[in-house]
Amino acid sequence: MELYNGPLDVKEIFGRWLDEQAESNYGAYIPFVGTIRAEDDIEALSFDIYEPVLQKWFDEWQEKAKERGAIVKMAHAIGDVPVHTSSYISAVFSPKRRAALELIDEFVEDFKANAPIWKYDVKNGERIYAEDRSTPMDGAGLLA
Amino acid sequence: MIKVEFLGPIGKASVEMEAATLAEVAEKLKEDAKVKEWLPKCAVALNDTMVSDLSTVLKEGDRVSILPPVCGG
Repeated sequence: MELYNGPLDVKEIFGRWLDEQAESNYGAYIPFVGTIRAEDDIEALSFDIYEPVLQKWFDEWQEKAKERGAIVKMAHAIGDVPVHTSSYISAVFSPKRRAALELIDEFVEDFKANAPIWKYDVKNGERIYAEDRSTPMDGAGLLA
Repeated sequence: MIKVEFLGPIGKASVEMEAATLAEVAEKLKEDAKVKEWLPKCAVALNDTMVSDLSTVLKEGDRVSILPPVCGG
């Protein structure tokens, strides 16, 4: 798992991941790129991350991937990410394509639901919490 | 004493309190009207591990994190 301040250098990261696994005998490499779209007059999105819990979440996914003979990768941005640049990329390597296609779907969906990351719209230089697009994590409401 | 920290958009400084269980933390946090509004939507971590049991027993120096709704990517 890799965290960066500001937008991701997508080509560098995907290229490096590909090089690292060049001799690993994986038959499938499925990358996912999340790009900031221009909408609602935003200049950028901005992100807060709670790294200790994110690392545990990621480590658990790495274990699940390992049980299927696969590995997962991800990189995410911290702070402001301008429109038309990338805030999040992930990838799966696996021996065969079917396992990789299923795993990237589950991994990205659970990421959206349970990775401890908070998103803000940036408008006129101001950060506004994207409350309406955010999802309570599993177990939310325990202290209510 | 245990420490309670509020993550992301909650925008509140950490607080320290005496509490023997998570249920006691819940009672004390509800005294703050602004925090009380957040609680139904928030998940909870104890020393960076997600927890789901109100009867969880706390010890000196424990750190409770309040995690509001998320949206990565």
